[in-house]
Amino acid sequence: MWTWFHKLGSPPHFYRISGRLMPWFAVPALVLLALGTVGGLWWSPPDYQQGDAFRIIYVHVPAAYMAMMVYVTMAVAAAIGIVWRMKLAFASAAACAPIGAAFTFLALATGSIWGRPMWGVWWDWDGRMTSVLVLFFLYLGFMALRSAFEDPVKGDRAAALLAIVGVVNIPIIKFSVDWWNTLHQPATLSRLQAPAMTGDMLAPLLVMIVGYMLLFGAILMVRVRGEVLLREQGARWIRELSPGG
Amino acid sequence: MSVTAALGAVLRREFALAGRRVGELGLPLVFFLLVATLFPLGLMPERELLVAIGPGVLWVAALLASLLALDALFRADVDDGSLEQLVMSPYPLPLLVLAKAGAHWMLTGLPLVVISPLVAQAYYLPADAAWALLATLLIATPTLTLLGGVAAALTAGLRRGAALLGLLVLPLALPLLVFGARATELAAAGEPIAGPLYLLGAMLALAVTLTPWAMAAALRISLD
Repeated sequence: MWTWFHKLGSPPHFYRISGRLMPWFAVPALVLLALGTVGGLWWSPPDYQQGDAFRIIYVHVPAAYMAMMVYVTMAVAAAIGIVWRMKLAFASAAACAPIGAAFTFLALATGSIWGRPMWGVWWDWDGRMTSVLVLFFLYLGFMALRSAFEDPVKGDRAAALLAIVGVVNIPIIKFSVDWWNTLHQPATLSRLQAPAMTGDMLAPLLVMIVGYMLLFGAILMVRVRGEVLLREQGARWIRELSPGG
Repeated sequence: MSVTAALGAVLRREFALAGRRVGELGLPLVFFLLVATLFPLGLMPERELLVAIGPGVLWVAALLASLLALDALFRADVDDGSLEQLVMSPYPLPLLVLAKAGAHWMLTGLPLVVISPLVAQAYYLPADAAWALLATLLIATPTLTLLGGVAAALTAGLRRGAALLGLLVLPLALPLLVFGARATELAAAGEPIAGPLYLLGAMLALAVTLTPWAMAAALRISLD
């Protein structure tokens, strides 16, 4: 187990493995996203209250879910990097930030578009929206702090610490709909209760969430490979990669 | 030297340094007063309007004023090398930075707290709300200094760290603003404010126990 972990931590080994694994994430991701889109837009019945407008849920909920999951992934990678000084962990955390920021932006934008017909406003200052907005700023802060250092090693460690401190925001987002009973509706999916939607509405949503996760895995691998190449530039194994040298 | 003696030495040094630069010390306070002056002039200085916006405006002004002061927390010590001496000293660094942050709060945060009921009068806030403003600021500004201390420690090694501070501190300071301003509004409406006060107290307890370690780790990274 530990040798496997150490081996994965070595950049050339990771580079080789991830190149082989990437399609196994990307292809199912595309299939599931296509399936979920068709299922969400055509196969699932319209909502009895919201009509067809609810269909944006198939983009909004997975994006919001990923916004938090990517942050936790980033913070865990950052913690591993700080504790074990693992280069690959820092590269992963750095690769996570723009992806997470993109998902967060997507969640905020689709939520805003959904809010306009449902609530009559583009934006409402309730707990859920505000805390997701804070999440977006945390991603921006992470990227800004990392790039502010001239020494990339220092930048990595400083930004990693910031990512760990920012984790306090995650439970606030998660429970904000329970603490403040405002416009935003409670969680769509809950482990403790039976889902509040029918099966033919739920199935495309679950397919979309799994599709988003696989998409994140695929994009993360591409980005970490890029980070590894950038960080190890000049290393011998990279020169051996290109046959022309 | 025992740990308490070392803490005392850190505190004495901070106060002595501040005493030599009294002019700098008043800047956050003047900034707070200026921002508080801008709003009645920019809007209409009507009683109802000022009572309505007072709690929020005064809270935002206090937030910005303490943000302005934050960069000074470690900057001078990084420049003259005394921070490295602190990091290399045999005493626990989290405690030393906690003392530093405490001294910083007494020098920049406490004056804001003391003067806030007066400014509240200028916004025609009722006496209850003025006291609520004082109480919330008293509990929340130390938390703000500690949270900001983490960000200041992260950016201490950067030449243009001050510009980053706002981006790093303000998102994390949002809950303080929400509960602080809400409690002041509740008091203005004659409602009990125990709930938000307890929450602010809980945040202070968390900040006192957790942020010194984050500050120490951040300083070690910055000075590495």
